[in-house]
Amino acid sequence: MSEVLDLPIPEQAACVARGEISALALTERALGRMEAHGGLHAFLYVAREAALAAAAAVDQKRARGEPLGKLCGVPIAIKDALCTRDAPTTCASKLLTRRNASGTAGSDADSGWRPPYDATVVARLRAADAVLVGKTNMDEFAMGSSGENSAFGPMLNPWDSTRTAGGSSGGSAVAVAAGMAAGSLGSDTGGSIRQPAALCGVVGVKPSYGRVSRYGLVAFASSLDQVGPFARDARSAARLLEVISGADGHDSTCADLPVGAYEAACDKPVKGLRIGIPEEYFGAGLDPAVASSVRAAISALESEGCSVHPVALPHTRHGIATYYIVATAEASSNLARFDGVRFGLRLEPPRSNLETMYGKTRNAGFGAEVKRRILLGTYVLSSGYYDAYYRKAQKTRTLIKQDFDRAFETVDAIAAPTSPSPAFKFGDKGSDPLAMYLADIYTLPASLAGIAGLSVPCAMTRANDSQPALPVGLQLLAPAFEEERLFTLAAAVERLTAPNGPARPPLG
Amino acid sequence: MEYEPVIGLEVHAQLLTKSKLFCACSTDFGGEPNTNVCPVCLGLPGSLPVLNEQAVTFAVQAGLALGCTIHEKSIFARKNYFYPDLPKGYQISQFEEPIATHGHLDIDVDGVSKRVGITRAHMEEDAGKNVHGVAGDSLVDLNRAGTPLCEIVGEPDLRSSAEAAAYLRAMRDLLVFVGVNDGNLEEGSFRCDANVSIRPVGTEKLGTRCELKNINSFKFVQRAIDAEIIRQTAILDAGGKVKQETRSFDPDTGLTHTLRAKDDAHDYRYFPEPDLPPLRVTAAFIAAQRAGLHELPVAVRKRWVETLGLTAATAQTLSQHPQYVTFFETVCQSFDQPVKVANFVANEVLRGAKLHGLAATFTVTPAQVAELLLLVESGEISGKQAKEVFAALEGTARTARSVVDERGLKVVSDSAALEVLCQRLIDGFPSQAASVRAGKKALIGFFMGQVMKETGGAANPKLVSDIFERLLGGAP
Repeated sequence: MSEVLDLPIPEQAACVARGEISALALTERALGRMEAHGGLHAFLYVAREAALAAAAAVDQKRARGEPLGKLCGVPIAIKDALCTRDAPTTCASKLLTRRNASGTAGSDADSGWRPPYDATVVARLRAADAVLVGKTNMDEFAMGSSGENSAFGPMLNPWDSTRTAGGSSGGSAVAVAAGMAAGSLGSDTGGSIRQPAALCGVVGVKPSYGRVSRYGLVAFASSLDQVGPFARDARSAARLLEVISGADGHDSTCADLPVGAYEAACDKPVKGLRIGIPEEYFGAGLDPAVASSVRAAISALESEGCSVHPVALPHTRHGIATYYIVATAEASSNLARFDGVRFGLRLEPPRSNLETMYGKTRNAGFGAEVKRRILLGTYVLSSGYYDAYYRKAQKTRTLIKQDFDRAFETVDAIAAPTSPSPAFKFGDKGSDPLAMYLADIYTLPASLAGIAGLSVPCAMTRANDSQPALPVGLQLLAPAFEEERLFTLAAAVERLTAPNGPARPPLG
Repeated sequence: MEYEPVIGLEVHAQLLTKSKLFCACSTDFGGEPNTNVCPVCLGLPGSLPVLNEQAVTFAVQAGLALGCTIHEKSIFARKNYFYPDLPKGYQISQFEEPIATHGHLDIDVDGVSKRVGITRAHMEEDAGKNVHGVAGDSLVDLNRAGTPLCEIVGEPDLRSSAEAAAYLRAMRDLLVFVGVNDGNLEEGSFRCDANVSIRPVGTEKLGTRCELKNINSFKFVQRAIDAEIIRQTAILDAGGKVKQETRSFDPDTGLTHTLRAKDDAHDYRYFPEPDLPPLRVTAAFIAAQRAGLHELPVAVRKRWVETLGLTAATAQTLSQHPQYVTFFETVCQSFDQPVKVANFVANEVLRGAKLHGLAATFTVTPAQVAELLLLVESGEISGKQAKEVFAALEGTARTARSVVDERGLKVVSDSAALEVLCQRLIDGFPSQAASVRAGKKALIGFFMGQVMKETGGAANPKLVSDIFERLLGGAP
């Protein structure tokens, strides 16, 4: 019998619903793999007891003949930026830990902040009878593209443990790629789902801004953040997105629009779909192996009856500058609440003054990249600089959005690489933050425009002396709230490039 | 040199919603610390604001009452600063595009009326409260955090502390009238900051201003501004320069002192709140609020003076509170002599009235007052007796007639019986009667007094006076 945990999510749920495997057994299997692959450091917290209890509850529900949810018994991992009432939530930051006995910040998630509430997406997963197995590692406060900014140490790429898994939702990508969970949730602000999905060889979806509630997602950049799913195939990701999407009375930016039939869209033919190819996404800096893999995937779609058209996205070159002004401005404000007063870390000599407490707490609690972005964001909002930076960035953001609006007048979707390179080695980007920022050059514009994006594995690079075979991601973009098109195309890419199912990383 | 003060007030009025501006927590005052709180108003990571519709309605009503332009689109913004009572590290307010701008408020000082410009009115959330000095610690109570406020910024049109006090009272009365604020300075639901500068009389250029913070009574606003004017005058007279700063008034010393110098001023780094889409109110909504708006005090007073014949002073007294207006107009519906009603309500009824924010309690009902005034009008009781009946009615559900009957207070209008009494008195005081007959008409008052004494004030005075005229005056 094939391993149930490796089946697509709809089939796993069906197996549990039919009683072919108990939710408890499936959960134990996932927990076993989490332990076996603990060295990948995908998880900051393993919710063993809560997961087993949730699985047992699903089994009892089934035994009583009650209707079961769309994710019954399916093990799902949750990015540690999402609030969970029964597990610590740290955003991989020391600031959301307690001070330990020696008077310094906590060193792991076990001492992490316990939210009194569930994020809306977490509540929806629970309501669909999913089993939440743990909280995944990430770049601190979702700031980073390699996982190296986690205060608790980076996650490793399951295809080559000397390489990064990408970020910021690296742990969620690794958990799925290594089969420790059937699916996971991450958050994408400028590529934080799509890029690690590409680097780990799984499907990752950045929904349109407003498609999924942000309530309970610890905010990095509020006008860009979106929660989205990871899974090993498009259909599984589609089911997850259907469960978590839709209006939420707790999030005023969440759209009251009907949720699409994403799973059904995976069965639709691609024939007749018009695909735009932006040359701006194939310029200098793009790894030749990635370029050829992406072009091959596009040709395969063409052979299925898609038409391919060049499109112009001329303001792409302003993407990084625009993003690092808008996102850091919002972050500087969003992270102000981590002040040591009400939760998380507080470092102070007794009876110290307020400024000392703020300073010591934030200095010890935040990592270098978080501090850098708070400083940048504070600067661009400062009196005298606001017009030159923040206001101008809002204008270029509009221009970038208009690029996409214009392109989508003539094409149904856009295809491009997700990441300029396959998974890179730890330390590869050195200490130059700008080199790291370039890792997101192809994912930032869609975030700024608020449109729908998805990364689907489309090839493995050829192994050579310096690197093993590594996954390559194809990025698909569609107009806001047209996620169905992405699933139709992604499912076709899977059929065309991996007819025998998703590739498996070489784990023991 | 002689200086002219230039004063502008910023009012923070709590909007009387049941729940907070961005969450469902209660706005009740006085609970145990940190009981009316949730992830949103605690600023917990991941929480998001959702705008309270009732607060928007109240803000629009306040804006309309102030004659403001209401903007169909307005923007919430974050005002960033660190303080323990500010859980998110920013206050959600409105900055570049507030909901209301360009209004005015009419004030009256010593019978001179003046129109004061309103720059803008916008919504914002209140902060919590820091409690200092408990065993040397500072504690934070976030019950108030997220309470909806309307900040109303006035133009620097005021030229004296008296005008400022009048402005503050007029603002309070207006907001209470409209029903959006309870005008309660003690509980902090109506607060005020004052910007004060002075300039040589006859010059146009504004002087350097100082901001006086959190003036929490009508009495203090005038004292604080006067103290600040004296301080600034002394500086200029000594050849110095006023420094722009934020100052606080100490009611114990009667002086203002520095809170924050300009160099320490915050850079609030305002930017549009990305968690809230632009607020849109339709033209139809604005029109409906305008149509449903209570008649404002200025309009009420004008109508009373012009059509009912009330004096300006009485109209002012009765229009201080919407419940006073309702009481007065309800009595008028049953007893259509507005001037008499107004005088009686202003002089008798309001003495026992108590205000509780938007509510008011009276010791009598409009129906009791109307019946009482009818009894006076028909001559059944005298004005003096009316006061006694009123005292007996207070705090009871009795009718005026039952009190009159019980106490036998009816005016004696039986002319035959009165004539017998009058004749007996004339016979009893022959020398006084002779004086009256000789022309000393003033002594009729002596006989009137005797009648009232004999009848316990119940005799119909007009009738008695007529009888004496006849018995003493007519005969040669």
